[in-house]
Amino acid sequence: MITFVKRPEPSKAWTIATPILAVILTMILGGLLFAAMGKDPVAAIRTIFWDPLFNEQFAAYSRPQLLVKAGPLILIAIGLSLGFKAGIWNIGAEGQYIIGAITGASVGLALYPLDAWWIFPLMVIAGALGGFLWAMIPALLKTKFNTNEILVSLMLVYVAEQILASAALGFLRNPEGNGFPGSRNLSQIPAMSNPELITGTGAHWGVVAAFASVVAAYVLINKHMLGFQIRLTGESPRAARFAGVKDKLLVVFCLGAAGALAGLAGLFEVTGPAGQISIDFGAGYGFTAIIVAFLGRLNPIGILLAGLLLALTFIGGELAQFMLGLPSAAIQVFQGMLLMILLAMDILVNYRVMILKKEAS
Amino acid sequence: MTELLKVVGLTREYPGVRANDDVSFSIGTGEVHALLGENGAGKSTLVKMIYGLEKPDAGFMKLRGGSYAPQNPQAARAAGVAMVFQHFSLFEALNVAENVALGMENPPKMRELAASIREVSENYGLPLDPDRIVGDLSAGERQRVEIIRCLLQDPKLLIMDEPTSVLTPQEVEILFKTLRKLQSEGTSILYISHKLEEIRALCDGATILRLGKVVGDCDPKVTTARAMAEMMVGQTLHVPSREGGETGEVLLEVKGLDFAPANPFGTKLKNVSLTLRAGEVLGIGGVAGNGQDELLSVLSGEARTGKGAVMFDGQDVSHLGPNARRKIGILAAPEERLGHAAAPNMSLTENAALTATIRKKLSKNNFLNWKKTEDFAREVIKTFDVRTPGPGSAARSLSGGNLQKFVIGREVLQEPKILVVNQPTWGVDASAAADIRQALLDLAARGAGLVVISQDLDELMEISDHFAALNEGTLTAPRPAKGLTVDEIGLMMGGAHDMEVAEL
Repeated sequence: MITFVKRPEPSKAWTIATPILAVILTMILGGLLFAAMGKDPVAAIRTIFWDPLFNEQFAAYSRPQLLVKAGPLILIAIGLSLGFKAGIWNIGAEGQYIIGAITGASVGLALYPLDAWWIFPLMVIAGALGGFLWAMIPALLKTKFNTNEILVSLMLVYVAEQILASAALGFLRNPEGNGFPGSRNLSQIPAMSNPELITGTGAHWGVVAAFASVVAAYVLINKHMLGFQIRLTGESPRAARFAGVKDKLLVVFCLGAAGALAGLAGLFEVTGPAGQISIDFGAGYGFTAIIVAFLGRLNPIGILLAGLLLALTFIGGELAQFMLGLPSAAIQVFQGMLLMILLAMDILVNYRVMILKKEAS
Repeated sequence: MTELLKVVGLTREYPGVRANDDVSFSIGTGEVHALLGENGAGKSTLVKMIYGLEKPDAGFMKLRGGSYAPQNPQAARAAGVAMVFQHFSLFEALNVAENVALGMENPPKMRELAASIREVSENYGLPLDPDRIVGDLSAGERQRVEIIRCLLQDPKLLIMDEPTSVLTPQEVEILFKTLRKLQSEGTSILYISHKLEEIRALCDGATILRLGKVVGDCDPKVTTARAMAEMMVGQTLHVPSREGGETGEVLLEVKGLDFAPANPFGTKLKNVSLTLRAGEVLGIGGVAGNGQDELLSVLSGEARTGKGAVMFDGQDVSHLGPNARRKIGILAAPEERLGHAAAPNMSLTENAALTATIRKKLSKNNFLNWKKTEDFAREVIKTFDVRTPGPGSAARSLSGGNLQKFVIGREVLQEPKILVVNQPTWGVDASAAADIRQALLDLAARGAGLVVISQDLDELMEISDHFAALNEGTLTAPRPAKGLTVDEIGLMMGGAHDMEVAEL
């Protein structure tokens, strides 16, 4: 009989080992899935994890994509991780991301065709503020009326998507776009564009912000009183109140920070890789970032690595669709498996597996 | 006296610990036999084996001369062994008779059952109405339900696990009368407790366990409580002593405080008033659940109260939160160690930061100085003899007693002006408890005012200058602790429920 015995304290070694094991296990089970679909599992796994970085034919295109995709994932996941650590479940980063893009783009386009150095920084601020304010809706509803932030933040994603459609078709539509939906292409307006900073790397300002947020979150969580209070609240809310944590303020901070970072990610995306506000601007970064946050164990460094890994599966997944004809649903199943397996293996951090001889009864 | 139960060489091992090691003892028919030992000495494991909840790895038992190896509690009950647990297993929404019926294999008709409950309760002086809803009963009355449930089976051996921990002194007297009556009818009782005076008053024989082994037998009627305690602990017991005792200025004043907790199952505090002087220890007794948690929370600042309700040094502090109160010297140590006083999965260093950042200046510009925090955690560990590999260990890896020493030490070493503690030695072994009490008394001797909330009356009598009791959210007027009799304390605690009926 196999039983789990609680460890006296969480195992440090397993904390590091479980994500790696989860990835390996996902590769094996994913391989079985692909094999069942009649594809060569080894080729499929290699196409997803290896070819985007090292295949001579594709790497030149796909390698910069790694940072382009990982940047917003990391930026959003860092924000989410603060709340998740405190037990505040913001599921609506996708909405905050969309609203950040819209507010930032709106500020820029309102000034069009003015050309000044301060326009882009102003748009950055507007983007962050948009995401922040959108996140304040669940935050204030929670602190004032004790509503569930999971539901409210999630529902607001669908509201944000409607606003996005209305922006793309209405108030932000390019007047010179011959009636096509979508705003002006911000990435082609010098005062508003978020260019690739170093050619061939894919790094734009959003990637810089992502790395900066990793460092800032690391310092906040490990050195600052606020980070300690966040961890304490997640560990034990009653002990946190005893330690003088103002729990409502913490809800506002965690949701606000996540919203602002998601808004920033949206702004950098709309001014850079996406280029314009369009109906399909929301590409699911806000949801995938939840996976990134957990895959990285809510640890800033872990999130950095997890963001890169998830971005890799995105790019590799697209490559596998294109090269091997794998359906996109199979790639999504694969990514879902990664999260499920990681969460399931979490038990090894706090429990030891023991095999007991069955007692004679 | 003929032998009822004989236990020979019982051994039970759990992963990493031998809970019972070659335990042997016997109980005579009609004997009240005490099982004594500190927390973790193996008392629970032993009675679980007798009651069929656990199986021994080695050794055997004999009941009335025949072999006895119960596979489960049903088998134990069929053999005439019944047990009253420390924690009740009753459904609050059902009435007494229904609860009793749920515990029976073949319950009779409700009306017959109610009649037999009435009969047993009258016979044994345990007043109980079978139609009352259990949710409305006091802890003492709930215990009666459990006892009557056992008595209906007409047991030969009744096991009682810490039965008096939830009772007022008067209720204890009623219980003892019942037990003596049972004894006179030839029922044997295995009585588990660590309250030595009770055992001296009630029991005919005692077996003392330490670390899973029998370390001695004694006749409690002729052995002193101190001698028994020393057998339990295995060392000479240090009795806390008090120096000075002069009390000074009024430090804390609570006037007519009313407080309704946010938790709907909490107890409302009604018109609570108290004064605390420098150097004074105010002991607050009472049965659990009468407002102890709430009183601590309004003093610690976790709960805010109306203006002017809590005055410190002549200033209104009612509106201040926990950290603002820490800053001026009001510290607290709640009862619940894991999840309130300490965060289970965090290290001792992090738990030191939980309350000590302000007074020990462990942070600068809101950045924590972990080095300094760890030093403080080490200081607590060293000064209070906390047994742990080091300050990096998670709080939950410590035993209850060691974590309690850490929690109390963390507050005491911050040199508070006022310290409020709830159950400072609950679940702590006798020698550690003595150390904690001594630390509290030393703190008072240095001029701090202490509010000690506890359910252990011996403890309160030992360290308090004044004594007050909480009863359903009201606090009695404090009285000097010296010279208070057990009867007076019992009356302050609200007396026994249905006292008159009990006097048959």
